Amino acid sequence: MIRLENISLGYGARRLLEGVTTRFEAGTLTALIGRNGAGKSTLLRALAGLEPLQAGTITIEGTPIAELDSAEAARRVAFVATDKVRIANLPCEDLVALGRAPYTNWIGRLQAVDREIVADALEKVGMSDFAHKTMDRMSDGECQRVMIARALAQQTPVILLDEPTAFLDMPNRYELCRLLQRLAHDEQKAIIFSTHELDIATKMCDTIALIDTPKLLHQPVSEMATSGAIERLFGI
Amino acid sequence: MTRNRLLFIALSLACVALFLADLALGSTDIALRDVWASLTGGQVDEVVRDIVLKIRLTKAVVAVAAGAALAASGLAMQTMFRNPLAGPYVLGVSSGASLGVALFLLGAPLLGVAGGSVMQTVGLAGAAWIGSAAILAMVLTVSRRIKDIMVILILGMMFSSAVDSIVQILQYLSNESALKAFVVWTMGSLGDVTGRELVLMLPVVAVGLVLSVAAIKPLNLLLLGENYARTMGLNVRRSRVLILSATVLLAGTVTAFCGPIGFIGLAVPHVARMAFASADHRTLMPASMLIGAVVLLLCDLISKQLGFPVNTITALLGIPIVVLVVVRKKSLF
Repeated sequence: MIRLENISLGYGARRLLEGVTTRFEAGTLTALIGRNGAGKSTLLRALAGLEPLQAGTITIEGTPIAELDSAEAARRVAFVATDKVRIANLPCEDLVALGRAPYTNWIGRLQAVDREIVADALEKVGMSDFAHKTMDRMSDGECQRVMIARALAQQTPVILLDEPTAFLDMPNRYELCRLLQRLAHDEQKAIIFSTHELDIATKMCDTIALIDTPKLLHQPVSEMATSGAIERLFGI
Repeated sequence: MTRNRLLFIALSLACVALFLADLALGSTDIALRDVWASLTGGQVDEVVRDIVLKIRLTKAVVAVAAGAALAASGLAMQTMFRNPLAGPYVLGVSSGASLGVALFLLGAPLLGVAGGSVMQTVGLAGAAWIGSAAILAMVLTVSRRIKDIMVILILGMMFSSAVDSIVQILQYLSNESALKAFVVWTMGSLGDVTGRELVLMLPVVAVGLVLSVAAIKPLNLLLLGENYARTMGLNVRRSRVLILSATVLLAGTVTAFCGPIGFIGLAVPHVARMAFASADHRTLMPASMLIGAVVLLLCDLISKQLGFPVNTITALLGIPIVVLVVVRKKSLF
């Protein structure tokens, strides 16, 4: 699905990752963990084609992401960033509909099929009742779900999320991860999210990608749990 | 949806009514019958016909074009910078235009270069465009490096102040007639545009408005910020160029021909958001253009009745709206 071949990432002389080769499969939920400043966000941005690589290639469904224009890339990878989005007067339905942008015409006109996809996306994240509400009056957990619905409406095989649980309380964190788990398994998507919640990562994900500068350790959860790498890196 | 459609119809009617009122009212009393006759080519005194067609009609058309242009560029700037206080005036586009005009009106005579009247028309607009484009390019270059929007706003104000002091230096060095020409330009006037200038102004504003309409989808995506916009397939660099070109054509042109007209570009998009309860630019863009035209026609009518420069009226009407937006603190972006 998404393949990293010998990639190096960093800023100038500062190397974050070096010579990383791995792949993320459809139908798996992956937690990306690592210390602060290890490059979790940078790697996610690189996977979305927003960050240039210092070396190597990232291919999605066989096509190098660097060769795609922004509209083509947006049909393959959807991204949920850390930016808080709270726009007055913008109903959730319209916000989710923005996810259809790579498919709609010059002015963003929605066809009947687009509306169905939007309604479907809201239903999958359990936010159908919020379709006509605006985000400035919703909780952080609810907003995060709507932003995920927007990513679903983009109909991409890959969804990336940068610390989606950061602003949420404990029940909401588990709730959100359960949602991601369901989406990955039922919709056969490759979902990768960065997090600091080791507990969630080991309990609810299929694989864990651990940044051990400048290497990326990517293993199924069971292997990662017994390898001792997490304990070594986080000193626990 | 139906409510907004009714609003659009009401605003269109208001626009037509105010346009006609702008033709009917003025410093000279002209009977409605004569105004109508002048417009339809009926029997009427030559002087009356000239007043209605050459002065009032031109002015009303300028008010509609300038109002729509300033409101459209204000809306685009607010969304692009994700700042409710952004607008052509706040970010220094108008200051840039006045520097261009000052260099042309004051600087050229100082250097001993002066052109014919056609040269003046093309040159004045050209100078204003170059000035506003230069300032916008500076703001944009800086905004790429700086994340904090308040810093960009402050920098915009600093650019404006720096530009204003350069203009003052030029004023200090200039002779009386050049100085007067410039001071009159800064007061802002919808009535100084001649028919020949209108022929130049309207197509350029029309192109700017078309570019603004073309920017509707990018602006909707930019509501979520540039990061999100890019991952939803927007070519951000191309969109910036599109939006800034539109702003240079719209704000730069209006400022060149009418002088700096404040607060329309800042306040009207907020009126549109409140009236239409929408964040969708497919609604906001036409709504802002329409409300901009209505408001500037209204300001022109008031300024004619009171005999004050139009700039004073736009400020007095616009400032309460901006204050309201700041006090309400609703998150627009």
